[in-house]
Amino acid sequence: MHLTNAEERILSGESGEVMERMFRLLVSLGDIYGADRMIPVGSAQVAGVSYKSIGDPGVEFLEDYANKGAVAKIVTFLNPAGMDIEDWQELNIPPSFAEKQLRIMNAFKKMGIVISATCTPYLAGNLPRFGEHIAWSESSAISFSNSVIGARTNREGGPSALAASFCGVTPNYGLHLDENRRPQVLVDVNATLEDTADFGALGYVVGKQVKNRIPYFRGIKDADTDQLKGLGAAMAASGAVALYHIENLTPEAHLMKSEGLERLSVSDTDLAETFSKLSTGKEPDIVIIGCPHASLKEIMTISRKLEGKKLKKPLWVCTSRMVKEAANRMGFTQTIEAAGGKIVADTCMVVSPIENMGYKTTGVNSGKAANYLPGFCKQNVVFTKLDTLLEKVT
Amino acid sequence: MEVLKGRTISPGKVEGESLVSREPIGFYGGIDAKTGLFIEKGHELEGKSVKGKILVFPCGKGSTVGSYVIYGLAKNNQAPLAIVNKETETIVATGAILAGVPCVDRIPVEKISTGDHLIVDATAGTVSITKPNL
Repeated sequence: MHLTNAEERILSGESGEVMERMFRLLVSLGDIYGADRMIPVGSAQVAGVSYKSIGDPGVEFLEDYANKGAVAKIVTFLNPAGMDIEDWQELNIPPSFAEKQLRIMNAFKKMGIVISATCTPYLAGNLPRFGEHIAWSESSAISFSNSVIGARTNREGGPSALAASFCGVTPNYGLHLDENRRPQVLVDVNATLEDTADFGALGYVVGKQVKNRIPYFRGIKDADTDQLKGLGAAMAASGAVALYHIENLTPEAHLMKSEGLERLSVSDTDLAETFSKLSTGKEPDIVIIGCPHASLKEIMTISRKLEGKKLKKPLWVCTSRMVKEAANRMGFTQTIEAAGGKIVADTCMVVSPIENMGYKTTGVNSGKAANYLPGFCKQNVVFTKLDTLLEKVT
Repeated sequence: MEVLKGRTISPGKVEGESLVSREPIGFYGGIDAKTGLFIEKGHELEGKSVKGKILVFPCGKGSTVGSYVIYGLAKNNQAPLAIVNKETETIVATGAILAGVPCVDRIPVEKISTGDHLIVDATAGTVSITKPNL
């Protein structure tokens, strides 16, 4: 890889040990993946935040680098934590877990990283532009920014996104290059897509089959932001899809040729089979919405449906602190709470320790959550539409 | 003495005794960062310490948190002197670089046995092997 004189000096240790190692990490990844040079990135998004995911080794690493003076050079957002960092006591998070989680948040804050704690940075104040190079690491946020916004990021790991944050650059390879953004599989959708859950089921089926390749969808007539975030999240969970195109919907689709690709088709039967396969339980002990983090529109919808109702089982709506703030102002939070539900900020069901909180079966409308909950949280899952879930618990 | 030529992942030069695993190593859940001991049940190196050894294995496996375990080993003075791989994937590369542990890959690791005396010049990307006198 070609390095500038200034970059060579960082490698020789001129800017200190932290910068030397972080820059070396980027150079090494660039060499492994055949990058020609470093390119500036507009923002970073760092995963590996929940104490449940990174454990004591992660806490020690982050505190060490924070103490050595590592500082973010570009706007950097953080993935969800293992708990609501303000209302954790109310959610019965074990204090031993909370103590470690707060140490992690403090270390990030000390490094100048915005402790946004969300998987939807684009809904919470970090919105890249079309074509902008970024270094993000949460799989659904990667998919959304590449596919729906048309920004450019590889699937960064926690440390490589941190390195991009400290250095302001990323190695130029993979999805940063035009030629690697072309579709590899044509997906014909012959299924009715109405609810966000339908998009989650579609994403699950397609991700399983295309793995880490780039699908090009035909037959999706319309989809809103929430549905696209659900689709991308599910494909990134059941597969490793970092970019997808949808004919007449996503911004790079018209630049792509869809002829001569391997083909795949998805029918109503495939979606029905997916719902039934992923539903390993029958009656939920808890319903959790907001994987990826709920938008204000999703919260408004839930709030309207719950007006004047009483819930028999707990309901969590996971979102970012920023969106919760807006929901508070509008009274959505109060309506949901009056029904017996909660708006939980900063965390989600996948990274919080719900298995230690007495829950065995979780109801979700997210293909991604349905994919991860059995393994990460030892949960049985009820995967269906929002309305059906709310009927089960009211 | 046989000299093998590979690729620099993390620079540095050290000399020491090798500890070889023919299986991939997952550092998270595989090695305890505080004691440096292999804790993965049924792993061929279970119970062995990596401290002060040149750890030779084909490639990494498992959780990305493995990078932080390598860092933790170094911080707790339990780290291997160097890492030699056939193919260093990003988890091990990240950990070795963050921790400052010399690391070389693209080395035919099948030529190395536990107990061999190695000189690892990770900056030059070479590994020199001296077999013990039999």
